[in-house]
Amino acid sequence: MVNPDIQGRVYPPTQPYLVGREKVREFARAVLSSAPLHHDPEAARAAGYTDVVAPPTFPIVLQDFTLQQLLADTDAAVDFSRVVHGDQRFSYSRPIVAGDELVGTMTVTSVKQLGGNSMVTSSTEIVDGGGAHVVTAISTLVVRAEESA
Amino acid sequence: MSATVLPVFENLAVGDTVIERTVAFSRDTLVRYAGASGDFNPIHYRDDVAQSVGLPGVLAHGMLTMGVAASPVSEWIGAAGFVRDYQVRFTRPVPVDASAGASVSVTATVGALDPELRTARIDLKVMFGGQTVLGKSQLVVSFT
Repeated sequence: MVNPDIQGRVYPPTQPYLVGREKVREFARAVLSSAPLHHDPEAARAAGYTDVVAPPTFPIVLQDFTLQQLLADTDAAVDFSRVVHGDQRFSYSRPIVAGDELVGTMTVTSVKQLGGNSMVTSSTEIVDGGGAHVVTAISTLVVRAEESA
Repeated sequence: MSATVLPVFENLAVGDTVIERTVAFSRDTLVRYAGASGDFNPIHYRDDVAQSVGLPGVLAHGMLTMGVAASPVSEWIGAAGFVRDYQVRFTRPVPVDASAGASVSVTATVGALDPELRTARIDLKVMFGGQTVLGKSQLVVSFT
């Protein structure tokens, strides 16, 4: 069972993540998107961006670093082999563009127990190099109950 | 790159279907996504590991399905706006057979319009094998 006391816990900010143009293109290919804004810097500039624009689910790359913090926290007792992704949300102030240097800070917003399963909701605030909000990634993990022996 | 016509906010109506697409997932798709996202959980590329934890076989990453479902919307919006908010609930897994793959359908309809904020809520219906795999799947697009 996940330790309910981790509700409200804030983890240290991640190392700055520099969003690369080729990484944005690679991610766009991986989610089968041919949108020119993800691939073509000229198209992105014509639309008013400084470089290619990341697909909407790109912040998962940063959120993953924060989830690793949670999994590494032995006090939290989250057993990764029992984790199922319950839901996911991204709320943006502006799109991510190549050249952004992003930092994520995760807060565990809720821990609930339901029929032996634990539901852990976390919110990762992602800001740019100037400290301005870019996107918040909210995720609920369901940690399945251990089978009774 | 083909010149496409950008959607115009004023021309949208609630109930409009803006996308209908079927997407083929193969094991290659999953491996490529693992590399791009950094999610190397072996249940997404090894049947033996998937089966050892009680699954029928290799499953698509939920985040792959979520990402792929948004791609037709990003292609449709183009430079007319951006995705301000995107949420899904993972309701059913998508098993991806080693040879047959998996076929996932995406239908996007206009769910709500806010003329003051110039935002459109786009509701996604994402199906595999006749069943919904993403619940409460909604994007909010901000038009410029």
